[in-house]
Amino acid sequence: MRSDKEGARAPLGLKIAAGLGLAFLHLPILLIFVYAFTTEERSYQWPPPGFTLKWFGVAWGRADLWEALTLSLKVASLATLLAMLLGTLCAAAMSRTKFFGRESISLLIILPIALPGIVTGVALRSAFSLAEIPFSFWTLIIGHATFCVVMVYNNAVARFRRLHGSLMEAAADLGADGFQAFRHVVLPNIGTALLAGGMLAFALSFDEVIVTTFTAGQQQTLPIWMLEELVRPRQRPVTNVAAMVVALATFVPILLAYYLTRDGDQTAGAGK
Amino acid sequence: MTAADLPQAPAGRGLRGALSDWFWRNPGLTLFLMLLPPLLWLGIIYLGSLFALLLQSFYSIDEYSGLINREFTLKTYAELFKPANLDIILRTVAMAALVTVGSAVVAFPIAWFAARHAKGRWKAVFYLGVMLPLWSSYLVKVYAWKLILAREGILNWIFAKLHLTWLVEAWLSLPIVGGNSLSVSHTGTFLVFLYVWLPYMILPIQASLERVPGNLVEAAADLGATPRQTFWNVLFPLALPGVLAGSIFTFSLTMGDYIIPQIVGTSRRFIGQAVYAHQGTAGNIPLAAAFTVAPILIMGVYLWFAKRKGAFDAL
Repeated sequence: MRSDKEGARAPLGLKIAAGLGLAFLHLPILLIFVYAFTTEERSYQWPPPGFTLKWFGVAWGRADLWEALTLSLKVASLATLLAMLLGTLCAAAMSRTKFFGRESISLLIILPIALPGIVTGVALRSAFSLAEIPFSFWTLIIGHATFCVVMVYNNAVARFRRLHGSLMEAAADLGADGFQAFRHVVLPNIGTALLAGGMLAFALSFDEVIVTTFTAGQQQTLPIWMLEELVRPRQRPVTNVAAMVVALATFVPILLAYYLTRDGDQTAGAGK
Repeated sequence: MTAADLPQAPAGRGLRGALSDWFWRNPGLTLFLMLLPPLLWLGIIYLGSLFALLLQSFYSIDEYSGLINREFTLKTYAELFKPANLDIILRTVAMAALVTVGSAVVAFPIAWFAARHAKGRWKAVFYLGVMLPLWSSYLVKVYAWKLILAREGILNWIFAKLHLTWLVEAWLSLPIVGGNSLSVSHTGTFLVFLYVWLPYMILPIQASLERVPGNLVEAAADLGATPRQTFWNVLFPLALPGVLAGSIFTFSLTMGDYIIPQIVGTSRRFIGQAVYAHQGTAGNIPLAAAFTVAPILIMGVYLWFAKRKGAFDAL
């Protein structure tokens, strides 16, 4: 078949450009892994003068790092839960029927990530100030849940569309009520898509910094801790270690989400 | 599933059955009830905040007392057109445009190879190869570039080993793109933007290329087109909606970012930094709000244009 031959015959220039592109995407992240072991404390010297494991121990003993990490995990979990609830409801409704205003609703869901993060951030911050709501853990959750909804929605809506309405009807014919049909027919079918969406929402929230700086009070999430280190480097070796751990930690949900949606349509990360 | 799992549920079997029946008989109301929580959330919290912000852009700040004057005025918008502020907007738009073009150029071969040549195992490698950097922590990526671009960092070391330090020096002595070192120049800012947003460009291009039927390429070859002609006359035009879709991300993300130019860049501000500074220490919410309207308007026009060109089908 011709189309098979097309696959075999990539021009050399294309191969090189694609390979270089992939290398460009990955080398900077790998560099972080090297720097986590450097003995140099005061500069970003390359090549590293020596290698040590010392900074892992130092980072482990840092209370502020642990606090930031715990807060980030809490915020991401709660925001993800809220987003899964709202996103699933929305996806289920949107995939059922065509109705007036459907397009505007889908625009509304996408808006929080389509508009620059700073717009969302400033809008929420000024609204909280206007309403005299003090900045707290909860304002942080509200901000995060708002832009996480779309992640769950995107994954769930694609799966709902493939779920035939006749399945629900068949369940009803077999005597299931609406709740049973949902529990035994719909949920097993959309489960992996929900899980993938939830994991991506978690990753997005865990890493978010722009909306976070605007909606947090004194709270310091891990990204905010990193940002302060970036602006005013104080403990470079500890930051190197933290950066490496964060990079490794984000790989896990992405790989999991990939394996969960691999057999379905690949909606896992379609548009962060 | 056995029959035991699904007990018979005749109509009117208690409250639960009644509720279920009610949902079944009133699909419209059910739909409404399902949509209510997410719409209330997004409508009140998100749209409400956006409108409040828009409203505040029509207020002004009293220059002497620093208090916000809550009367309708266009004074704050007029301030946007002061040379210093207009500079910020133009600089941001120019950077966003350059980043978009740059990432399209770098992304295209990756997307092309992944969509039309990679098979089986390599397909997965390319997919994850784009997904992992896309989802890696934004700050970690920026941090990596701080390490790379540092004066004592790896890039300068490579140039020194190649005896090309003079080239870097020459580039840095140029106006606009140059600066004291790579990490405090617009070149550095551009590189970091390009790196951080690149996956957002690759994915839509790849999606649009994957949708081109193989027999179109074969037909072009049968009609005597050289591979080059096939590319420019068949593949590229069909991939354009994908490029446009990707450009929505790269453009919007670059315009709204205030962290990258703050960490790697000159002291000349971008829109995001101006917004951040005005709402924060300066306490000038009206001007900050007016500044955010600029990217919203630009994105609005851009989205309208992209929609007309069919970019949304490639998302």
